Amino acid sequence: MELFKEDKVYNFLGKGKIFFVASFILFFLAIALIATKGFSFGIDFTGGTVVQVKYQGVAPIDKVREALEKEELFKHASVTEFGSPEEIIIKTAASTDGLSKDIGDVTREILKGTGEFEIRRVDMVGPKVGDELRVKGLTAFLLTLAAIMAMVTFRYEWRFALAAIIAIVHDIVITFGFVSYFEIDFNIESVAALLMILGYSIHDTIIVYDRIREHIQESKNSDFVMIVNEAVSRTQSRTTLTSLTVFFVVLTLFLFGGDIMLGFSFPMLVGVIIGTYSSIFVAAQLVVWTGFSVARYREKMAEKLKLQAEKEKMRAQFEQGVV
Amino acid sequence: MKLNFRVVLLIAVALFGIIFSIPSLTQSQHGAKVTLGLDLQGGLHLLLGVKTEEAVNSQLKSVASGLKHFAEQNDILIDSISVEGKNVAFELLDSEDSVKIDEHLKTVQGAVVKASGGVYTVSLKAEEIEKLKTQAVDQAIETIRNRLDQFGLAEPVVARQGVDKILVELPGIKTPQEEQRARELISRAAKLELMAVDEDRAMRVNDLSEAEALSYGDVILEDALQPQIKHLVNEIPILDGTMLTDAQVGYDQNNRPVINFSLNSAGAQIFGDFTGRSVGKRLAIVLDGKVYSAPVINERIGGGSGQISGNYTVAEANDLAIALRSGALLAPIYMLEKRSVGPSLGADSIKASLLALVSGFVLVMIFMIMYYGLAGIIANLAVLINIFIILAMMALLGATLTLPGMAGIVLHIGLAVDANIIINERVREQLRLGLSVRKALEEGYAKAMRAILDSNITQIIACTILYVYGTGAIKGFAVTLSMGILASMLTAIVGTYGIFQLFSNRIEKSKNYKLWFGMTRKVN
Repeated sequence: MELFKEDKVYNFLGKGKIFFVASFILFFLAIALIATKGFSFGIDFTGGTVVQVKYQGVAPIDKVREALEKEELFKHASVTEFGSPEEIIIKTAASTDGLSKDIGDVTREILKGTGEFEIRRVDMVGPKVGDELRVKGLTAFLLTLAAIMAMVTFRYEWRFALAAIIAIVHDIVITFGFVSYFEIDFNIESVAALLMILGYSIHDTIIVYDRIREHIQESKNSDFVMIVNEAVSRTQSRTTLTSLTVFFVVLTLFLFGGDIMLGFSFPMLVGVIIGTYSSIFVAAQLVVWTGFSVARYREKMAEKLKLQAEKEKMRAQFEQGVV
Repeated sequence: MKLNFRVVLLIAVALFGIIFSIPSLTQSQHGAKVTLGLDLQGGLHLLLGVKTEEAVNSQLKSVASGLKHFAEQNDILIDSISVEGKNVAFELLDSEDSVKIDEHLKTVQGAVVKASGGVYTVSLKAEEIEKLKTQAVDQAIETIRNRLDQFGLAEPVVARQGVDKILVELPGIKTPQEEQRARELISRAAKLELMAVDEDRAMRVNDLSEAEALSYGDVILEDALQPQIKHLVNEIPILDGTMLTDAQVGYDQNNRPVINFSLNSAGAQIFGDFTGRSVGKRLAIVLDGKVYSAPVINERIGGGSGQISGNYTVAEANDLAIALRSGALLAPIYMLEKRSVGPSLGADSIKASLLALVSGFVLVMIFMIMYYGLAGIIANLAVLINIFIILAMMALLGATLTLPGMAGIVLHIGLAVDANIIINERVREQLRLGLSVRKALEEGYAKAMRAILDSNITQIIACTILYVYGTGAIKGFAVTLSMGILASMLTAIVGTYGIFQLFSNRIEKSKNYKLWFGMTRKVN
């Protein structure tokens, strides 16, 4: 099976302005959403307690709410169905730091008389832990960006690196705009998803960059726009295929992974789509706009090669004892 | 067809992967296997903090009690000895004794002594305080580990996390009752103190405020069994649990469980001296700040043994004896984070992620075969071997498979085929250019490899950072993902190339690029 004509060059950059406007609007909509609506952070970040309870039969949510209201620890607690009508999640901002009787034990006592139930999960995070996690998560993210910047600069050029970083930030901001819009719990798994999208986005981008570099080196053509169009067209088939396979598995995670994985599978699902879009329409376009010049790059490469050749010559001479 | 080193290598890693995955897949007792994280098998995860200031405080108290004992033995008169803030303060009544007292204070580690007009204040150096705090955490880890080992749960983990936090993982916990018992055992201070009852003022205990009691060098303690009863005892204990050598469950004359403890020789000496001096007075046996009994001393008690009686069940007495034997916690601990997962939820999570894993894999497999023909089958084989290698490496490294780790593997399937897709696309391109199969493979793999390496190295750097800065769940994710990347380079770049080489002559002869590479358009 072949989806794309192998010798046709699609004019991706010709429509550059349209995609730029689209990306621009999406990006700032996402930022506005995140700024005004924010995330519904999970207890990993805010501290608090989540108790997952499974009833035999349909969970009596109203009764549970009524019972919980009387207890100070569960002021403003939320009780929601989780996955199936038998299961509920109780979320509260409170936590306890004593070991002998904790908030889980309290919950069990309160819920006595609401029916036959089993407490399947108690996650409790103290307020300090959440702070630390935020700092660590942010450090990890910034460090990773710096590492990618360095790596791409080393293997390609700083303009490529800059464009790649902008594309990554674009992908992540838009994805998490969706997370904010759909009020998906932002928890530690979402951070993993965020980093995964980062990895996926840079991967896709590098594949396209590799093609661009190859064309610069091999073709006589000096028109960068042409080269980019050709590179994106040649990688089109691969980009689409991989995106499809990744999309398949993420979709299965989203469908079968259950509510517990939602903080991971939802951002992944959106991220794959946005990441694919940006590696085709955004990343390469940005390199063009940074003012990358093919001629200058070739000059530099030629110089590098010359230097290397000279070095080798020197070494050869040295080894023969001429110098 | 001739075997080449690439195929041999692929077969070798495939065998390695399969053989070392077997123990994990069959959950057999033998061989290294992947441990399931608590979120998958159920259990209790605790992150504990240590109130290290309390350790410093109790050190000051023990300095005070040492001073008092020294003064009594050497007939030195000191007055109003007490712990105030971060100092021990006392007054020396006879200035002629100052040489002796100074001598004694020199033996106290890290002490800073200030004296003016017979009033002494003893504080601790900053380094000494740091040392005490570190010791408190070390000792807490050691003590908790001892207690849990004796508790008889399977594979408890007690480890330091960061500078002053303690990670406790108990996979064996199945019921809430068990969980609560374990938590109580961990957190119990188990601080045993033998204290003298202040007989002169004992009658007035109900009229005294805490501050008044303190001004006499006393404290008011509750009775363990009847909280309304108060006891007035000397603030500085006669001796404490550090001198304990053993604690065992025994039974009293009414056949109720009690705990018999014995003291080391130094403790027995102090105990003997005190009881000899205090016949007719009462001795309070205090555990974790509560008075369990306060019997009258009838005669000097040598031998150094005693008994704690409370209204214990056998299990409670047993846990208490364990706690006493393992030693007291120098500083109280508190809970920073707790995650407890019931076994049924863990099983559900495994089921859900396996379903995602299998259905994702099948979808990708079908897709690859449809698109690439036999090359798709070869790619699928590579991905399958890949999964086995991840499992095997995790088993050998003793890594833990968590729910995010499972997600990492599922996701990895999608990414692992990518290397194969890049390669196949490149080979197709070369074939279209009219190159021979052998040449097309060579060129295609060389070109694909450059892109794959660039990308994978970047990803591994990202994973490393993730591992260093991530916490538990994230770490697991980074581990599975980076192993997957390494394995995929091996299987895709080396392995599949070997297989194609094996068949290259046959492909050349048949010219059937549709069957082998799924190419539907004619090559010109």
